[in-house]
Amino acid sequence: MALILDVAAQGAQMMLVLVLAPLLTGLVRKLKARLQRRRGPSLLQPYRDLVRLLRKEVVLAENASWLFRVIPYLVFATTWVAAALVPTFQTGLLFSWTADLIAIIALLGSARFFLALAGLDVGTSFGGIGSSREVMIASLAEPAMLMVVFTLALIAGSTQLSTVAAFMASSEVGLRVSLGLALFALIMVAIAENARIPVDNPATHLELTMVHEAMVLEYSGRHLALIDLASELKLLLYVSIIGCVFVPWTLAPAGAGVQILLLAAATYLGKLLVGGLLLALFETAVAKMRVFRVPEFLGAALMLGLLATLLLFVSRSL
Amino acid sequence: MNRLVFDVAHMLAGGLLLVSFMQLYQDRLYALLNVFALHAVVLALSVAWQAYIQNAPHLYVTAAIALLFKGIVIPVVLHRMIIRLGIHREIEQVVGVAPTMLLGMGLVGLSMVVMLRVTAAADPLAREDLAFALSVVLLGLLMMVTRRNAVSQVVGFMSIENGLVLAATGAKGMPLVVEISVAFSILIAFIVIGIFLFRIRERFDTVDVQALDRFRGERR
Repeated sequence: MALILDVAAQGAQMMLVLVLAPLLTGLVRKLKARLQRRRGPSLLQPYRDLVRLLRKEVVLAENASWLFRVIPYLVFATTWVAAALVPTFQTGLLFSWTADLIAIIALLGSARFFLALAGLDVGTSFGGIGSSREVMIASLAEPAMLMVVFTLALIAGSTQLSTVAAFMASSEVGLRVSLGLALFALIMVAIAENARIPVDNPATHLELTMVHEAMVLEYSGRHLALIDLASELKLLLYVSIIGCVFVPWTLAPAGAGVQILLLAAATYLGKLLVGGLLLALFETAVAKMRVFRVPEFLGAALMLGLLATLLLFVSRSL
Repeated sequence: MNRLVFDVAHMLAGGLLLVSFMQLYQDRLYALLNVFALHAVVLALSVAWQAYIQNAPHLYVTAAIALLFKGIVIPVVLHRMIIRLGIHREIEQVVGVAPTMLLGMGLVGLSMVVMLRVTAAADPLAREDLAFALSVVLLGLLMMVTRRNAVSQVVGFMSIENGLVLAATGAKGMPLVVEISVAFSILIAFIVIGIFLFRIRERFDTVDVQALDRFRGERR
């Protein structure tokens, strides 16, 4: 009986991230539009887009290989697994022993690798530009992300998200400058990884600046729907990680009562709302930078992560 | 030892180090001066916290000096100076941002290795303060080496002094007289450097110190 309940809880979380991901993207778009004094599409527009794309016929390039057709499913599957592993409102789920930060980074990394391959597969110049830029960004963002993980692991003594969240919620943590630096580094990495504004503009198809959009330019129909859903899931994943690690006090522990679970779910929705609002504000306030300045931006994230790790060695453990 | 006491001291000293890195990162003169003022404010907070936990009232005077002179007076004067020199929109760099940052990280690592090994017997609070202070000093030196504009070299020089003050407050028992005299000698040095800046500009029409190399015949 207990096992069934555990499976149900894990399944509920998997479905929850899938259902909420387009809503978060729709929320960010709506808020950005309102901030620019436009009315903007409805909150449900991403769902409608997905349904429309799923109904449409797939147009494939003549020289597309089997890889091109398989990759959307691979990208979607790896991103969904990664997003489902992050504790959203409850820790200690059935699969939480696999919810390791390094595993999540590896899953996202392989999704990106496949997507970059797909960009190269058809052999158009835009796909090539997109892939090369994406890989350049990733080669800087991933070390920065790993530095953040090292910092968390050194503080909490584990890379497993449930344990990290439990440790962060306890009073053991205290006041640490490293955590602040790690938070900033993580936010910068999240902005770069999700192709948000200072690094890449998710709403444009201007060939000089696009990165993510250039890679997926050749996709259509259900393939495009899956890739879009995967990038929406990725945004949700990063907001969830930040919420789970840095605002962990409202997570329900394993085997909590219904009331606590409902409260935790409500606060999770609140976290997504706040995250979306902050992202929309930030994106409205800053201008997109040149592609050549992205290494500087991510270099700062890497430096913050490195500094956070270094500062831990002169902290309480002296 | 009380954990909160240590955590706050660590946070403020770490914040000072972070602001040092922001100084290295910032290549616009006007913004650089704002970051320098922030550096002094964080230093003042850090010193005031040390005064509180060491129960040493004279350190409050040091904090006030840092806040008043280095946080307000010197940045304001430098702001006016760069506007008078007409260089407040200038962007300058000798080495790129990325190598500078890497060098800076290396220096921080070095100072931690050295300081933690040398001060093994001391109180943890003093140890971390000394490690951070040495890194701030080294980053100030790095700043002086990597910049070619005389004004940002002055900022580097001032941030070295900030690091020294941090070290002095961490090690208990520095007399107030020494502190005040250090503060005043820095102020005098600042005035002298300011006069020099205008002299350099009068002679060479620029405050780029590479122009001086050319006149000494070291270049080309």
